Amino acid sequence: MFIAKSIKTFGSYLLLMRRVFARPESGRIFMRQTMREIFQLGIDSIPIVLLISFFIGAVICIQMKLNIENAWMPKFVVGYATREIMLLEFSSSIMCLILAGKVGSNITSEIGTMRVTQQIDALEIMGVNSANFLIMPKVTALIAMIPILVIFSIVAGIVGAYAIGFFTGIMTPDDLTCGLQYEFQQWYIWCSIIKAIFFAYIITSVASFYGYTVEGGSIEVGKASTDSVVSCSALILFADIVLTQLLMQ
Amino acid sequence: MIEIQNIHKQFGTQTVLNNISATFEEGQTSLIIGQSGAGKTVLLKCIVGLLDPEKGKVLYDGRNALTFNKKERHLLRREMGMLFQSAALFDSMSVLENVMFPLDMFSTKTYNERLKRARFCLERVNLLDAQDKSPEELSGGMQKRAAIARAIALEPRYLFCDEPNSGLDPKTSLIIDELIHGITKEYNITTIVNTHDMNSVMNIGDHILFLAGGEISWEGNKDDILHTDNKLLNDFLFSSEILRRVAGEK
Ligand SMILES: Nc1ncnc2c1ncn2[C@@H]1O[C@H](COP(=O)(O)OP(=O)(O)OP(=O)(O)O)[C@@H](O)[C@H]1O
Ligand SMILES: [Mg+2]
Repeated sequence: MFIAKSIKTFGSYLLLMRRVFARPESGRIFMRQTMREIFQLGIDSIPIVLLISFFIGAVICIQMKLNIENAWMPKFVVGYATREIMLLEFSSSIMCLILAGKVGSNITSEIGTMRVTQQIDALEIMGVNSANFLIMPKVTALIAMIPILVIFSIVAGIVGAYAIGFFTGIMTPDDLTCGLQYEFQQWYIWCSIIKAIFFAYIITSVASFYGYTVEGGSIEVGKASTDSVVSCSALILFADIVLTQLLMQ
Repeated sequence: MIEIQNIHKQFGTQTVLNNISATFEEGQTSLIIGQSGAGKTVLLKCIVGLLDPEKGKVLYDGRNALTFNKKERHLLRREMGMLFQSAALFDSMSVLENVMFPLDMFSTKTYNERLKRARFCLERVNLLDAQDKSPEELSGGMQKRAAIARAIALEPRYLFCDEPNSGLDPKTSLIIDELIHGITKEYNITTIVNTHDMNSVMNIGDHILFLAGGEISWEGNKDDILHTDNKLLNDFLFSSEILRRVAGEK
């Protein structure tokens, strides 16, 4: 029963995506919508990404200092571990989980409300491909913005680590710098960005799907946005395993 | 001209429309009346293609829209305007942007010409002053008028209105009725209106269909409607004591 339902849902997701990835009727309007979404989904997310990354960077640094460092370990381990955690997991996967909560619920409730107030029907009656008009700009905008968010997150995390060193004096900036630079691999940054691009696609398309297929009224919209956040998060975690396995070999 | 033939629509085991046929002429306001739940909205949605009936044909100038492919459907829809029961204005856009939207999407005109057309449509529904407001700042009647302006922006050949005056006071209702009727005559378009408002029926009913029990129980115009011996229709029309008394005096 559950499996049959999942397959059916996946099928309708694919059918919706087929309508999404069509040529936009008007390039001008597509550009306008995409710009709007870049602000709404991307730029508006920068503060929360910076805030959370800064504090997580700081906290990781403290934790590493307290838990890992001992007499047999070199001093740079703290910086090294902080960098690896931020680069490999936090700035892509965990940040995208946070975005799934912020951006995902926003998308689902916006599109869901348009569905229940017949705005989507109104688009269809005008002869507009509503799936393409509403969803494609969101997917494009978040995919375009996500590398920037990843970089911001990494930088904020590192700044957080320095800040904690500076304010508490638990370690010197030089030790931290040494650790941050130790055996640095550029490929890890690319991994982070590549993973985040997949996650951005998951967040926007899945959240849009939940909103687009709402039936009923405001209660169903609320329920759909909760469901959408749960599904996006689960799919991100699952995709994370697959992508990490593929990219890190 | 729109012709529907033997439309049949059911949800699960509930048959909502049973073998409905009718013709809607150009330059005429056709009204579909009936009790709440009679299937007016479902019929309108079947005609515009938001729902697919199980059986039957919907002919636009002789061509069956139900067999259209996606491209043909989109092209047909660009000739339609629809006013929804809830107005359905885009709430991320101002009133003017709402009216501009179909023009921006499909018109090949320059920006200034599009703006002029949008202003003209807003002028027509007497809303030019509210052009920069957003939909939630408008009253119900103003929203409906803005939605009419949007529906006529691309000079449609077919206009559909689902309960244009539900929830409005009699005077505003009248303004909206006259507007729809006026536009229909002026541009010679095919207009179908769902309503259960008796004032509208008496004002603009060039052609009236009474829907009951999933069938068209009566068809005629506003002059015949008070002299019918159709029992269901009489029950519907004279449900209130006052109306019954007025009709008795006539
Ligand atoms: N999507 C749907 N799924 C199942 N049943 C539906 C659906 N839409 C409408 N119905 C049923 O079809 C019947 C007719 O509904 P419809 O909305 O056409 O009524 P109406 O004549 O427009 O009423 P009102 O004047 O209140 O708007 C109702 O009994 C309703 O329960
Ligand atoms: Mg209705």
